[in-house]
Amino acid sequence: MQFLSYLVNGISLGSIYAVIALGYTMVYGIARMLNFAHGDVIMVGGYIAYTVMTTMGMPALAGIGAAVLVCTLLGVTIERVAYKPLREAPSLAVLITAIGMSYLLQNLALLIFGSAPKSFSSVVSFQPLRLLGGQLIITGETLTTILVSAVIMVALTLFVNKTKVGHAMQAVSEDKGAAQLMGINVNATISLTFAIGSALAAVAGVLLCSAYPTLIPTTGAMPGIKAFVAAVFGGIGSIPGAMLGGVLLGIIQSLSTAYISSQMADAIVFGVLIVVLLVKPTGILGRQTREKV
Amino acid sequence: MKIKSLNHNFRRSLVTYGIVIAAFAVIQIISGMGMLTNSLSGQLVPICAYIIMAVSLNLTVGILGELSLGHAGFMSVGAFMGAFVSVCLTDVMPGWLSLTLALLAGTAAAAVIGLLIGIPVLRLQGDYLAIVTLAFGEIIKNLLNSFYVGRDASGFHFSLKDAPSLNLDETGEIIINGAQGITGMPRSATFTLGFVLILITLAIVQNLIDSRTGRAIMSIRDNRIAAESVGVNITKYKLIGFSVSAALAGLAGAMYAHNFSTLVARKFDYNTSILVLVFIVVGGLGNIRGSVIAAAALTVLPELLRGFSDYRMLVYAVVLIVMMLFNQSPQLAAWRRKWTAKLTRGQADGKGA
Repeated sequence: MQFLSYLVNGISLGSIYAVIALGYTMVYGIARMLNFAHGDVIMVGGYIAYTVMTTMGMPALAGIGAAVLVCTLLGVTIERVAYKPLREAPSLAVLITAIGMSYLLQNLALLIFGSAPKSFSSVVSFQPLRLLGGQLIITGETLTTILVSAVIMVALTLFVNKTKVGHAMQAVSEDKGAAQLMGINVNATISLTFAIGSALAAVAGVLLCSAYPTLIPTTGAMPGIKAFVAAVFGGIGSIPGAMLGGVLLGIIQSLSTAYISSQMADAIVFGVLIVVLLVKPTGILGRQTREKV
Repeated sequence: MKIKSLNHNFRRSLVTYGIVIAAFAVIQIISGMGMLTNSLSGQLVPICAYIIMAVSLNLTVGILGELSLGHAGFMSVGAFMGAFVSVCLTDVMPGWLSLTLALLAGTAAAAVIGLLIGIPVLRLQGDYLAIVTLAFGEIIKNLLNSFYVGRDASGFHFSLKDAPSLNLDETGEIIINGAQGITGMPRSATFTLGFVLILITLAIVQNLIDSRTGRAIMSIRDNRIAAESVGVNITKYKLIGFSVSAALAGLAGAMYAHNFSTLVARKFDYNTSILVLVFIVVGGLGNIRGSVIAAAALTVLPELLRGFSDYRMLVYAVVLIVMMLFNQSPQLAAWRRKWTAKLTRGQADGKGA
């Protein structure tokens, strides 16, 4: 029974990783860059929701809405200001810029909100579910996280595969030049990708802070990096891969915290990344691409 | 002396050595006159350590062309190994000998770890390599945080769980105590030692860059496929660059450790890696002299400008972004060229700028 409860916790944590990883993987697929600041957009989402709900005393839905709105704008702005001018630059330059952006967001949050942890009030208000005669307790947060993540994943898959804009996104990630020749607005498509990724990050931020209610300026950093690990695990650029990788990583982390050592859990998660990259660098569902000279 | 007949690179490194020696002399004079503030003189050894860190990271990022985000991990390996050797040997031999052995042990340990990590990691490129070095940095930090070493009559005991599981007898003492770190190092690192180690580091790195090996390493950075096709052994030269860089970071760590009486693994986290990255970006990627100057300046400046410290990291972040945009963006580069041309023309016309 203990095992089942760890498993459910792992799936819940993994769903959050999966939602964050979707943002990483979409941006990587389309802009071929590792958006280091993505994890910090989660933190911004958390703080915005906190400000609206706790400081201004508005309902939870308003908090979520504000977080999604602000993060979407933030993501698009970051892309326009920092990443777009560097689209032709070497990847090292883009990576360092993204790290700078991540640092900027963390330190802005530190200046605005201070380093003292804020305690986030959960957006979920229903009672924990008691199963198997009360032996397996699933909290409202866990259940909501899993459900919301599942809805997001289905909706995103439909969006990318069934709509015209989704097809445009796939085309741009396949070949920017050819997509442009087919009349696709490449810049708008890239902006849209950042917008969707950042909106998902905001949702992930609210879910994460509801489940783990301490909010500090570095809240997003570790989940961000782990979600990237999840995206690589599943095969970066692949949307189903990000979902699978996220959930698997959450389960691995939850089980190793429970059965091995809580201090070593992070090391084990990163160990998984290293093993995956060495054995199958394209990830579980990634496509093999051949390098052209 | 016929300086002009010397190799261009050699002349350039002579200038770098000159700057370091001059800075050392100036600071010695200032401190001899008693004009050095306490907070600044306490910073001298860390500044030396950061300069060595910056030069060594520049070898990986600027010369080899791969972004390492776990450089602080190598520093912590060197620091813990050095501190461990020092604590063990401090009673049995004179201070200078145990310090030398500690520095050598720290360097060697970081080199070995660098080699072990480098073999799998350097098969990857770009973003993947950056994230894996970050992962290794975190793994090293986590391992050191839960690493326990004790010593008693029957020898050394290791544990990855907690202090009681070391099973020490009554004569035992804990040397490395998990997240509480290691204590009891002699605080024997001096500014002179730091100065000598900087010169050694510079000599190693400059000579490596100017050698055949260095040119091979730089050819990988400039065009990996072209380098491979003319017969450069990519893995070998990448490994040489990476492990020399790791070894020097270990040296910096071992020296850093001897400036404090307590050391915890948390000190060498992701932020430290980024801080050193800021130094080398500000100094110019691939520019060794720039790294030295930037590391020294960016460590001293916040000390001098009190009140500015709240905004320090914020400014660093902005500097990282702006430097990258200015140097790499085609539009901004064109704009910069236009203005430089205008300004120089203005001066030529005698109108001034």
